[in-house]
Amino acid sequence: MSSPFYVAPEQQMKDRADFARKGIARGRSVVVLQYADGICMVAENRSQTLHKISEIYDRIGFAAVGRYNEFENLRIAGIRHADMRGYAYDRADVTGRGLANAYAQLLGTIFSSGGEKPYEVELIVAELGVTADRDEIYRLTYDGSVADESNYAVMGGATEAIGAVVAEGYHDGIGLDDAVRLAVHALGSDGTEHRSLEVDSLEVALLDRTRITPRKFRRLGDRALAEILGHSS
Amino acid sequence: MSRPEVLPAAYLRAGTSSFSEFVSQVAPEVLPFQHSGGSVGDLAPHGTTIVSATFPDGVVMAGDRRATMGNLIAQRDIQKVYASDEYSLIGIAGAAGLAVEMVRLFRVELEHYEKIEGAPLSLDGKANRLSALIRQNLPMAMQGLAVLPLFAGWDHAAEIGRIFSYDATGGRYEETAFHSVGSGSIFARGTLKKLYQPDLDLRGIATAIVQALFDAADDDAATGGPDLMRKIYPIVMVAGPDGVSELSEDLMTEITDDVIAGRRIRPDGPAAPLT
Repeated sequence: MSSPFYVAPEQQMKDRADFARKGIARGRSVVVLQYADGICMVAENRSQTLHKISEIYDRIGFAAVGRYNEFENLRIAGIRHADMRGYAYDRADVTGRGLANAYAQLLGTIFSSGGEKPYEVELIVAELGVTADRDEIYRLTYDGSVADESNYAVMGGATEAIGAVVAEGYHDGIGLDDAVRLAVHALGSDGTEHRSLEVDSLEVALLDRTRITPRKFRRLGDRALAEILGHSS
Repeated sequence: MSRPEVLPAAYLRAGTSSFSEFVSQVAPEVLPFQHSGGSVGDLAPHGTTIVSATFPDGVVMAGDRRATMGNLIAQRDIQKVYASDEYSLIGIAGAAGLAVEMVRLFRVELEHYEKIEGAPLSLDGKANRLSALIRQNLPMAMQGLAVLPLFAGWDHAAEIGRIFSYDATGGRYEETAFHSVGSGSIFARGTLKKLYQPDLDLRGIATAIVQALFDAADDDAATGGPDLMRKIYPIVMVAGPDGVSELSEDLMTEITDDVIAGRRIRPDGPAAPLT
């Protein structure tokens, strides 16, 4: 009878992390940033129907990079979690922190269990506060660790280059148009040469504090987006 | 007698921190919600009259504000008409507690679908889902706790407002032009038969509906009329291509005042021509 080779736990975890990171870095990136009246999520996405950004609840948005089937699965689980919680208790009891915790548990369990391959995804859970200083942006990685980001978050491939561009252009109380332009410009700065991204390769959605309905999530259509980007040139 | 030797998988699954939720998944039979035979209808307040009518720009739904429990008035200002999503309305008659709960569930149902699929259900799809929810309530209906909603909404495909009524078994019936449910519905329907015109504007159709509710309150003890002292008027909501909205209190005050002024002269309401 043959026995398996001994692999040190450190090495095992490192291999799994490398595997997940490689998968995530292959995909296009997502930028989430606060603006004066809400939170703006911008993804480079060539599909008009396979979304990377989605509504989870009244004030909670979701963005993801990595393998589609995996984050789609997580997105649906998140909607179920939020709707179940809101129905059993009250709509006010559904929080971004609660959802981020549930995702962290799930991702952490899958990452450290030997049986399954780790998820090749990174997520952002954003919750719109009553005022801008109560806004929350959580970034979750493949191993279940959670980071509470302030003002903006970047995930996917080339996050350092993109993050540097966002950091340079970002200021408190940035307007919607400027925020979208900054995010699009940053997403195009992932390589050595700057790419100019067109409307049909972008997905943009907002958690908009000015909406009067309880559901604050809305997508920016092609026309609205073209108008915003057109002003920059 | 078998004894579980390890913790069942459900116990180890991350998820809810509510005990009742957990129990209902793992061992629903231990919960106290089992019901036995016999009518319990008198235990719960009942909502009464809901009226709905279409007009060229959509569909209007209104309800009186009274809930009764036997011969008592349980609540004077209950809300019985709700927006079920951005383009549809639901009005409830029957056991108030269950009905309000069903509305809550129905709203989550529609929103849940829309979020997961990325597109809203068709109006027929929404009406069918409501059928299924009512059918699930059949055991309660047999004990006197029936919930009979009226559903209406703007159909984006056909570009018209449509109305659906239901029976206790979940049967779904599309109504043309107007419909009414609840204890005062026969009187309300009679009024609408005489006053309804397909080309009325929003104010016109709202006035016809307030007249119908007035007649329902006039002849049905369980339906509440407008309460002028407390400023409690019927809730009137409209669903059209631009979404759902509620008629403002100012407009409702105006319409109600007009209706009452007319009734001072002719207490039975406006007369329809003989031929």
